[in-house]
Amino acid sequence: MYWLPVLSTPEYFRDCLRSAMGASSERIEKLASLAGHRLSFLETIQLDRAIGTACEQTPAGFSSLNVAILASSTVDHLVPAIRAAGLRRRLLLNIHVGPYGQYRQQLLDQTTPLHKLRPQLILLSLSASEAIAGVPLTASPSEADAAIGRAIDELRMLWRKARETFHATVIQQTFLNVTNPVFGSYERMVAGSPSRVIACLNDRLAQAASEDGVLLLDAAAASERDGLDAWFDVTRWLQAKMEIAPQAAPKYGELLVRVIAAQRGLSKKCLVLDLDNTLWGGIIGDDGPQGIVLGEGSAAGEAHLALQRYAKQLKDRGVILAVCSKNEPTVAEAVFRDHPEMLLKRTDFAAFVANWEDKAVNLKRIAEQLNIGLDSLVFVDDNPVERARIRQSLPMVAVPELPDDAALYVRCLADAGYFESVAFTADDSQRGEQYLANASRAALRESSESMDDFLRGLEMTVSFGPFRQVDLPRVTQLIGKTNQFNPTTRRHSLDDVTRFVTTNGCLTLQFRLVDKFGDNGLVSAMIFRPDPQTADVVDIDTWVMSCRVFGRQLEQEVMNIAVETARRMGVRAFRADYIPTSKNGVVRDLYPILGFKPLEKTWVNHGATRWVLPLSEYAPQSTHIARKSELQ
Amino acid sequence: MSEQEILRKLTQILRDLLSDDSIELTMGTKRDEVPNWDSFAYINFVVAVETEFRVKFAVAEVESFQDVGAVVRRTRAMLPAA
Repeated sequence: MYWLPVLSTPEYFRDCLRSAMGASSERIEKLASLAGHRLSFLETIQLDRAIGTACEQTPAGFSSLNVAILASSTVDHLVPAIRAAGLRRRLLLNIHVGPYGQYRQQLLDQTTPLHKLRPQLILLSLSASEAIAGVPLTASPSEADAAIGRAIDELRMLWRKARETFHATVIQQTFLNVTNPVFGSYERMVAGSPSRVIACLNDRLAQAASEDGVLLLDAAAASERDGLDAWFDVTRWLQAKMEIAPQAAPKYGELLVRVIAAQRGLSKKCLVLDLDNTLWGGIIGDDGPQGIVLGEGSAAGEAHLALQRYAKQLKDRGVILAVCSKNEPTVAEAVFRDHPEMLLKRTDFAAFVANWEDKAVNLKRIAEQLNIGLDSLVFVDDNPVERARIRQSLPMVAVPELPDDAALYVRCLADAGYFESVAFTADDSQRGEQYLANASRAALRESSESMDDFLRGLEMTVSFGPFRQVDLPRVTQLIGKTNQFNPTTRRHSLDDVTRFVTTNGCLTLQFRLVDKFGDNGLVSAMIFRPDPQTADVVDIDTWVMSCRVFGRQLEQEVMNIAVETARRMGVRAFRADYIPTSKNGVVRDLYPILGFKPLEKTWVNHGATRWVLPLSEYAPQSTHIARKSELQ
Repeated sequence: MSEQEILRKLTQILRDLLSDDSIELTMGTKRDEVPNWDSFAYINFVVAVETEFRVKFAVAEVESFQDVGAVVRRTRAMLPAA
């Protein structure tokens, strides 16, 4: 957890804990700030105890989640670290640990306490020992395969049960290999050897999970990366049947909550890079293009190049890149254009800010320009003063404690896991190009006389239709990641979304926007559910739209299309809720603007409002978006 | 490090662990004399002591410690000579 900043002294921790005893909202903020630091084993336990007593109800800006852990080994010692990691992401986790070893009964027997808790998320943390026990060393490849297949089938049965009973998201931990080799290097070639069985088990597990829409917590990969000794302590196993060592608890909690957070749209979206001594060695303003250290021929130069390569890989999987540097803009840009060793090009960056102003101001500018929250940014800078400045003035920005040695930059960024994801879609790999096109759009905006001219000049077309099988991963991802244009902030799993498509009376719509500068991809999705009392009234359960296409009149055109489609199905009215969060202020007045009327306050809670639109009264909005063929 | 210094640190560890500043450990304190020091908290205590002093107790030792004094003496024996 070395990427987290350290607390000044142990006394400081105790003081913070003690001073965090006031009003509950102030208190939880203080504890959340502590959770963002590197904490010892003991400090984690203390922090957890403080969280436990901090809040009876969920304070503003935080969300609560019921999590059940079903395990075949002892996991109670992991709970404090899991809750601390949750708090690091403003998630208050209410954790239920099933009795050790009884995960099957817990799921299958309706009378267990698990069934009262109504978990929204179920983690299965199982040891490989049971599966191994079924495979003798002498097993033939096909016998070993059959036994592994049976173990996987049983897991799939448990997953199904967990989802049918609780509609919960299921996270399956991969199997740790804590066995000792009996053959040495020959181990892998013996079908029935424990190591080989576990390796096959994990492979099959990943495949089955991917098919079933189950998420993985890859403890096995982490233990290989950190070394088994960091994860497994045989003494603790013998004493208390802990398969995950107490020392690994902070990392385990962090890895688990990363997956939970990714599913809830809380992963970071944008990597903001400093230039001097970060993307290259030396200072371009002092050393000049010939003087900076970058690329082949120098070990240090290759280290900086490795960071560029890693940033490029992140970009290729959908992370937005930006530059924030104290430099002359022309000098900084020239390096990207002219330096032969530069792997990253100017066009790889969706935002490029080089000036002499305060970096906190510049980061705000970048977030604004990209239309994403400051809490979606990761700021990478070699300079500890700049890092401290940002942590202090913009605590919601993630700032890794970069090691002094540039050789370790990539490792640090990767270990910090800011960009954890639960899907990889075609939209992700094209995101870089979509942002690049934004520069052309901005230029058109500049040269247009009016907003109207600009929108007309974009030559936009929308294609639309119900969710198709092929769209479901992207739709689920959009619902999971969208925080701004999201009036209800309801998160739906792939399972849920699939169920909406197949449920009678539900209506789904997806929208793709193309303009003359490129394809923006699938940028909006709607889910309507029928009112069980009056079949011709439907609720807008979910409506999300990507922040990349705000201000293009798309919401108006979407509503035009939604109304027409619903009318054809005999729907008489739409009902819609706006549930305010700290992030969705942009849609506060969405429904009144579209002609909805306030409905009597049936359930006013935390400022939520309810709206209704009789479709007969809807006047189509005029937009500059043309309709393309419906997607079938 | 003297036995008294180690004892003082162990006391602080147990206070933090159990959130109980009234705990006063002596060399003769036994686990059942301290409220809430159950077997789960004992494992946590052992882990915290091992982390603090960068030592590692053998599996048989952890089972055989009769009182706090035994933990202090074993810890001291494992510390590098000053």
